Amino acid sequence: MKFIRIKAIAKKEMLQIIRDPLSLAMGFLMPVLLLLIFGYAISLDVNDIATIVLDLDRSSLSRELVTDLTASGYFKVVRHAEHHREIGDALDAGAARVALTIPTGFSGDINARRTATLQVIVDGSDSNTATIALGYIAALSDIYGRRIGGVSLAPIIEIRARVWYNPELKSRNFIVPGLIAVIMMVIAALLTSLCIAREWERGTMEQLIATPVKTPELILGKMTPYFLIGFIDMGFSVTMAVMLFAVPFKGSLFLLSVISGVFLFGGLSFGIIISIITKSQMVSSQISVVATYLPAFLLSGFMFSISNMEKPLQVLTRIVPARYFVAILKGLFLKGSSVRFLIADAVFLLIFAVVTFAVANRKFEKRIG
Amino acid sequence: MRNSVERIHQMVAKEFIQIFRDKRMKAIVFVIPLLQTMVFGYAVTMDVNNIPTAVYDLDRSPESRELVRRLSASSYFDVRYAPGSPAEVQDLLDRSRVTVALQIDRGFSADLHRRIPAAVQLLVDGTDSNTGIVALDYANRIILKYARDLAPAGSAPPVRIDLRQRAWYNPELKSKNYNVPGVIAMVIMLTSLLLTSMAVVREREIGTMEQLMVTPLKPVELILGKTIPFAIIAFFDMILVTVFGILVFDIPIRGSLVLLPLSTAIYLLSVLGIGLVISTVAKTQQQALMSTFLFYMPAVLLSGFMFPLENMPDLFQYLTFINPLRYFLVIIRGLFLKGNGIDILWPQMAALLVLGSVVITLSVLRFRKRLG
Repeated sequence: MKFIRIKAIAKKEMLQIIRDPLSLAMGFLMPVLLLLIFGYAISLDVNDIATIVLDLDRSSLSRELVTDLTASGYFKVVRHAEHHREIGDALDAGAARVALTIPTGFSGDINARRTATLQVIVDGSDSNTATIALGYIAALSDIYGRRIGGVSLAPIIEIRARVWYNPELKSRNFIVPGLIAVIMMVIAALLTSLCIAREWERGTMEQLIATPVKTPELILGKMTPYFLIGFIDMGFSVTMAVMLFAVPFKGSLFLLSVISGVFLFGGLSFGIIISIITKSQMVSSQISVVATYLPAFLLSGFMFSISNMEKPLQVLTRIVPARYFVAILKGLFLKGSSVRFLIADAVFLLIFAVVTFAVANRKFEKRIG
Repeated sequence: MRNSVERIHQMVAKEFIQIFRDKRMKAIVFVIPLLQTMVFGYAVTMDVNNIPTAVYDLDRSPESRELVRRLSASSYFDVRYAPGSPAEVQDLLDRSRVTVALQIDRGFSADLHRRIPAAVQLLVDGTDSNTGIVALDYANRIILKYARDLAPAGSAPPVRIDLRQRAWYNPELKSKNYNVPGVIAMVIMLTSLLLTSMAVVREREIGTMEQLMVTPLKPVELILGKTIPFAIIAFFDMILVTVFGILVFDIPIRGSLVLLPLSTAIYLLSVLGIGLVISTVAKTQQQALMSTFLFYMPAVLLSGFMFPLENMPDLFQYLTFINPLRYFLVIIRGLFLKGNGIDILWPQMAALLVLGSVVITLSVLRFRKRLG
């Protein structure tokens, strides 16, 4: 392996990238865009759930209950219905997600110390929001019942809860570190998965084959510029996360760089394998979506926690490299984890990088046909 | 006119031969939608269950064991570890082996017997804020329920409220019922965008576009020839996911089977149009792929597919008005889960029609200019 030949291929690839400023610009724009959307637009908190209220009791007690619901911030009364029919219409049209019916006799039952009934209908099509909404209503009506009943709110068991690592439970702190892993994987998939297939499609591979360059030199040279782009994206993302979104970074920057380098190397090698096997940009792009982007997004635990998945899928996530990188990033950002805690995940990334690079070298055939 | 139809027919035939000459494309058209359905059917859920939990019980009394039993009896907590020291608790949390650690101090049962408030400590890993919030909430509820059950009998009964809950459209609140119909919308978008934009750009990249231009094909015929095949593939994928969703995932379909293809067709106007616009911007397949993703990812994230639109800041909510996926998701979920008819879905269909006409016009104008 000669360094000078790697350098030459890297230079050629670099020139090619620079001559395509649009792709390069998009390569830098992608992480910024994703971070902005996840940082500003997306929140997992459920607030202001559109609610329709049918108050048949029309008493001060029923009005107090409705006030409790809206004051909690979780519910927003979008309409006061006059008739049952309106509830069906509002839910059908999606104008409301929750319908609360307070039957006649609600206040009478309470005053007579009988069990009072409330009816709640939720739009279950969004199961997540529906579950959370039901939980909130149950909790709020419980508190309401105890307050009206004059029962002391202090229970016999006192819960001292403490939240570690992310005390304010901000979803941003949870999402952004993992997002960086997803971004790296997407970049690797989008950039490298085409870089060999393109040469085959355009016929320039023959020229490369005619040169004395050896397979590992070609692959390393091809990867170098993308590695740089990936690393710059990484720097961008971490800076944005810390400066703009105030996500704490408690770990070591040196560890972050080393592990990111290993992950990126593996991700890029993987993209190159796809490119080598398919020899077609169209097929490559489709496969890279399925093999890199979707698993990194859905099966890495970056947002959808792995312990909630069905068992076979949990096993499947073990071969998703992004899973390990997500765990490492969350550890570095929020927990300030040291090498001792990260070593197991890091070793897997290292194995992944070595294996993919070896496979890429084996699969590449330096001949025509 | 007849010539025109014939020319488009030939062009579509050529396109199909070209796409499927690569046998792997046949598999891809099948496998990608099915894989996505599987992943979204099985994997993607924000439901929180089986939270890995550690209990550090220093009291070792019947009361403390009862509390632990109640935690593990709920499906929310999976008590996996019984650490023997605070250091072990710390280690389990640091290594992310557990999300919740409950510490019951010595004297818990004694305090309960003496009717003075007994304390338990709850440690929650907040890294995953969603799970953290839900775990705190569940643990609070279970512990408080236990506390109330322990309250002396005969004390004045509090006001009791009987909450009768019902979930419409998806009574068991299964997230697959929400996700799988959405996959149809996503698969159609990704397939159409990527295939359309790359197929056009490929002709340009390998130089065969010039050959097409010397044929008697008119620009509109060329556009139709380039989009009809992908519309057919998109329809095929739609049917595939629908059948798979109904048979394998038991997704209900309550709406009209006529509205489904009709609204898919209207949705395709915008999606294929956007694919064409991308193909006029991109010079290489690399650019086409990047631009597709630059559009596709925000479109999915800001569509209400996974994250409710109501929770977004106003600026982003306004942005979603130009997102065809947003409207199609409402239509398709309405059709599958709610059994909505055109009387309810017409605003979304109208919006898609307007959006589609604008995008198609724009793309045709741009496309002609690029050809000329």
